[in-house]
Amino acid sequence: MRILVIEDDLEAQRYLVNGLKEAGHVVDDAADGETGLTLALSRPYDVAIVDRMLPKMDGLDVVAEMREHSNGTPVLFLSALSEVDDRVKGLKAGGDDYLTKPYAFVELLARIDALMRRRSPSSVKTRLQVGDLELDLLTRAAKRNGTAIDLQPREFRLLEYLMRHAGQVVTRTMLLESVWEYHFDPQTNVIDVHISRLRAKIDKGFELPLLHTVRGAGYMIRAHA
Amino acid sequence: MRTLSILRSQAFRIVLVYVAVFALSVSALLAFTYWNTERALDAQTDQIISAEIAGLSEQYQRVGLRGLTEVVMSRSAHGGPGLYLLLNRQREPIAGNLDGMPQTTKGRGSEIEFDYERRVEDQVQLRRARGRIFNLLGGFQLLVAQDVHERFLTEKLFSTTLPWTVGLMLLLGLVGGALLSRNMLRRLDQINRTAGQIIAGDFSRRVPVTRAHDEIDTLADSLNRMLDRIERLMKGVREVTDSVAHDLRTPLNRLRNRLEETLRHLDPSGQEANEIESAMRETDQIIATFNAILLIAEADAGVTRGTMTSIDLAPIADDIAEFYAPLAEEKGVTLEIRPAGTTTIEGNRSLINQALANLVDNAIKYTPPGGRITVWPEMTPDGVDLFVSDTGPGIPPEERARVVERFVRLETSRNSPGTGLGLSLVAAIARLHNARLVLEDNAPGLKAIIRFPRPPMGPRGAAKR
Repeated sequence: MRILVIEDDLEAQRYLVNGLKEAGHVVDDAADGETGLTLALSRPYDVAIVDRMLPKMDGLDVVAEMREHSNGTPVLFLSALSEVDDRVKGLKAGGDDYLTKPYAFVELLARIDALMRRRSPSSVKTRLQVGDLELDLLTRAAKRNGTAIDLQPREFRLLEYLMRHAGQVVTRTMLLESVWEYHFDPQTNVIDVHISRLRAKIDKGFELPLLHTVRGAGYMIRAHA
Repeated sequence: MRTLSILRSQAFRIVLVYVAVFALSVSALLAFTYWNTERALDAQTDQIISAEIAGLSEQYQRVGLRGLTEVVMSRSAHGGPGLYLLLNRQREPIAGNLDGMPQTTKGRGSEIEFDYERRVEDQVQLRRARGRIFNLLGGFQLLVAQDVHERFLTEKLFSTTLPWTVGLMLLLGLVGGALLSRNMLRRLDQINRTAGQIIAGDFSRRVPVTRAHDEIDTLADSLNRMLDRIERLMKGVREVTDSVAHDLRTPLNRLRNRLEETLRHLDPSGQEANEIESAMRETDQIIATFNAILLIAEADAGVTRGTMTSIDLAPIADDIAEFYAPLAEEKGVTLEIRPAGTTTIEGNRSLINQALANLVDNAIKYTPPGGRITVWPEMTPDGVDLFVSDTGPGIPPEERARVVERFVRLETSRNSPGTGLGLSLVAAIARLHNARLVLEDNAPGLKAIIRFPRPPMGPRGAAKR
């Protein structure tokens, strides 16, 4: 995957580029807004990672300009600014996701993974399937190996989100933001408790577990070990 | 409504009092001038009468009745303002230009006044006269008077026009006052509306200044300068928090990046990896604390006030309770939500979520297994109360005020994880919403209440939206 990194803190940029390359991505980098915008408009990228505060041209303006040129590359904002109102501003300017510094690299990786998948036309799915686990989005019914699983509405949304990102790492923060729409750090392991309840419902009594914990990162649902 | 508010306005009341005082003093001045003038005119008339009587009485003494009659007759023929009547012992007129003694007289000062008829150009006129009856030796009577009809007319004119004048003055004053206060009210309304918009979070609003350069403009100007200053200060605080955030997050970001990169190149089961992981956890703790401090500073500075919307607390409480229910259950604590009707406040959804989450999180942390946590919003006469009660150890009354201060944690809880900023953050979020965090005894346990005021209905409610 081709990724554009626009970040003026050179050390942070180096870590970011190295990390992404190690994860198998092709990375271009820019240290200011103008260069970044030129790159973004001249080459196709799967994802752009844009720092919120950049020299020459603000990150918000870069993305706004990209959208002006009908460039639809998914954008992940990185911001060291205070968060409450800034997230809204970033998303309004045309950003697709928003991560506050300092972030965990696995969090960043999981989010750009999700952004890149989102881009591939998934059409309108009415059922999701991972291994022998099926989710019918119309009837709101879950089945594993033909046996109905009784899910609470929120558990259904949690499972739906995990299955939509099957094979990808999904972090706790991503779950918190997408399933509960909360943008705070709960400080406790409340997400883990929700996951273990869901796991008890979908994996208990089956030989092959589907819901996996990815150490130091989050969770992943996948059919193969 | 509109006329009532004009009548109640300060400007109108001032104008009313002013008009009343003005009318009163003008009437008093006119009355005094009139009274004085009349007195002077009367005195002049009286002097003429006295002189004539003195002259005629001297004539009588000198030349007797016949001489007096002649003089009276000659003076009567004169046609001037002088009026004379000489009566004999039987009170029959002998001479003079009056037909007879006036039937009705009234005293005014030292003299009498009466009406008499006079022929002027073929018309009989009833005119006013002022004079004195003088008793002559030998039983004769002499009436000497002066025509004062002009004065009388002026007097009549004055007494009929004065009430009208005062009435007109009052009417004009009232109309003027109404117009003036309507103008004042309109301008005060503008100031009120602007204030409402600013309270709602639009700091760019300013009070309109007219070209009149009057007191209200001076006030508007002062208000605008004050608002400029507040806006600058707010911007300053925002810039400071932003740059503090930026300047601390950038190195923290590098630190975390570096630890992560190191960890990636280490054997995950080795001792070093463990050390690095624990260093990363410490870093995350620093970041969490820093974020909480920043959020408290932002909330206290009112930086996020612009994002307030109308929100219902009932579903928010439901969702948070549902979110924490599995955690509570795992700990053996009952977490229940008490159903409530619509409990709408003006607020920032994200921050209210966070505040309530902190309270519930705390409650779960401190409530022993078998305990009970209850969450519910409630309408009160003053607004909305959001309750989180637990059956934990509670907080001693003397400690309650202290625990909402920044960084304070009770000694007994020093070892459990957390930034120690949970309640301080809740208190700051409450303050941002003009609400208060109140801690009460749940006997046993703690009852935390965020006491929201009623959404402002004042200037913003009045202004059409």
